[in-house]
Amino acid sequence: MTRAVITHGPRPDAAAEVPDVDMTTYLAGLELPSPVLTASGCAAAGRELDQFFDITTIGAIVTKSIMLNPRSGRPTPRMAETPSGMLNSIGLQGPGIDAFLDKDLEWLRARGARAVVSIAGGSVDEYTRLASKLRHVSDVAAIEVNISCPNVEDRGLVFACQAASAADVISAVRRNTNPGVPVLAKLSPDVTDIVEIARAVVDAGADGLSMINTLLGMVIDTDTMRPALAGITGGLSGPAIRPVAVRCVYQVHAAMPDVPILGMGGIRTGLDALEFVLAGASAVSVGTATFHDPSTPARVARELAVALAERGFERFEDAVGHAHRAPDPAPAPGGPVAGHGHLTDDLEPDTAVEAGVEG
Amino acid sequence: MTTSAQGRNGAIQVTGEVIGLRRAGEYHVLTLTAGGIPDLTRPGHFVALSVGGPESSMLLRRAFSIYSVQSRGVYGGTLEIVFATQGKGTEWLSRLHRHDTVDIVGPLGRPFALPKEPVSCVLVAGGYGSAPMFSLADALRARGCRVDVVLGASTEGKLFGVLDAKRIAATLTITTDDGSLGEHGRVTDALPAVLKRTDADVVYACGPMPMLRAVAEVASQHGAYSQCAVEESMACGIGVCMTCVLPVMGDDGVTRMLRSCVDGPVFRGDRVRWDEVGTIPEGTLGAPVSGGH
Repeated sequence: MTRAVITHGPRPDAAAEVPDVDMTTYLAGLELPSPVLTASGCAAAGRELDQFFDITTIGAIVTKSIMLNPRSGRPTPRMAETPSGMLNSIGLQGPGIDAFLDKDLEWLRARGARAVVSIAGGSVDEYTRLASKLRHVSDVAAIEVNISCPNVEDRGLVFACQAASAADVISAVRRNTNPGVPVLAKLSPDVTDIVEIARAVVDAGADGLSMINTLLGMVIDTDTMRPALAGITGGLSGPAIRPVAVRCVYQVHAAMPDVPILGMGGIRTGLDALEFVLAGASAVSVGTATFHDPSTPARVARELAVALAERGFERFEDAVGHAHRAPDPAPAPGGPVAGHGHLTDDLEPDTAVEAGVEG
Repeated sequence: MTTSAQGRNGAIQVTGEVIGLRRAGEYHVLTLTAGGIPDLTRPGHFVALSVGGPESSMLLRRAFSIYSVQSRGVYGGTLEIVFATQGKGTEWLSRLHRHDTVDIVGPLGRPFALPKEPVSCVLVAGGYGSAPMFSLADALRARGCRVDVVLGASTEGKLFGVLDAKRIAATLTITTDDGSLGEHGRVTDALPAVLKRTDADVVYACGPMPMLRAVAEVASQHGAYSQCAVEESMACGIGVCMTCVLPVMGDDGVTRMLRSCVDGPVFRGDRVRWDEVGTIPEGTLGAPVSGGH
């Protein structure tokens, strides 16, 4: 590689050496060399992104949710930009499972990339048939079940929003696919109690949880004075939803610390990814940020390794759920102790300001 | 690494530096260093720029036709784009200064198909849709093609590249909706006479959808083949977001929702279902059987 190429690189640190942190992670029994994956619907089936970074170096490509039959998706406009995010209403456009297996999955296999296949359906039966189609397909690292779809057999209610219907889908998928392939249930944040849904799908056989899917939102075009999207409502994604996602991961990990979580929602940097890991995610998916910068997944992986090294972690795994542990003991003996007067009384005002800036 | 061309399309990502930003009528022309992109660029390709800087709250890339490229020079490879300030992203671009940096991905899309024979070509553009037409004209002329140009806009200030067009065109026809320059009316009012006079074999067009639709129709009526570069809103520009689709009929007669970014932006004018852009036409592959989804 010539020097000139490096000079024109997207980030000055692109060629920086990755620190010596063991980034191996285990997601429901699946060993991944990197904890950073793409997010479903944001990477197609990996081929386009392979122009910008080597897709075999990241944890896996999570493919765009595939349905049983070819699907045109919704009319345009399908997206609207929002502050630090975007609203989309694609409508699961795709070639159907057979063409997907023949072309997309085959390409990923030939390329040597790990594939997490996301499936979506309009009925429990459709999920069942999708799971059966995948049963004898080799090289499926895991199945992510997108349950944020309307159930055509139940007034269009979204599977993910009710514990019983979410569990029905997961149990059907788990029963009908290869027992050696982990099944991840992708949860919607648009629920009253995400822990309740998480428990229901885990009881139904989910090996792990992907969280979160987009939040339902809406934008009105103030020029036309009509909804901006042809589909009226859409899914909100991007950094705008990150705190919601971190909260969901934290709550579910607190309730079920042994259930592996693939965390996603607004990850743009290594520190964003670290938040999810500290909250309890065993791996993370990078989604909408890829639209902004197609090399984001590879960059996030590098930045996450650096962030872990800076915090003294030698293994990625040791950081998972760290935010739930009791605070580290006070660094210096004789320092201020909680309950003994006001902290600020013990500090010079300038010192306090400096500490704030540095920290 | 993000700078090596690994994929089938060979797009790369580079940090461009602003060399210049100038006004041209109601538009801006931005010149950027672009590393290896110019060497890979063919007429009709586009670039996708990130806007707002590294911490931007504007996540979606902005796509622009490439107006011109220079493979090497004082600054190495450079490229130029033309834009109108239409929103926060383009306003940010219009405030850039020399030495500011912009992340560029390109070249993207399928370029214009060029004829193998030295045929007669008419290039039609609306507003700053003319941006990709000048490098196209150079490529066509290098193949011995006759090139005639029709430029149109709502008003004189919204025409782009009149002087460039005079340089490269056998004849130049200008139309404005308000009659402020050239013929009073639209490009498609003037087009039939130009096609007849030049006995055109191919029509190349770039501009707003209604214009492209009308141009494709006029071209078909004259038995000319048309190549239309569409302007659809895109989020990523590289084929992963699925937002920039439009209904296009394939060789097999089946209509599919194709991505303008990777299957286009240049489409055969007789294949795009212009009347149904913004809808899922009945019979489209995977269209809902009844109702929506």
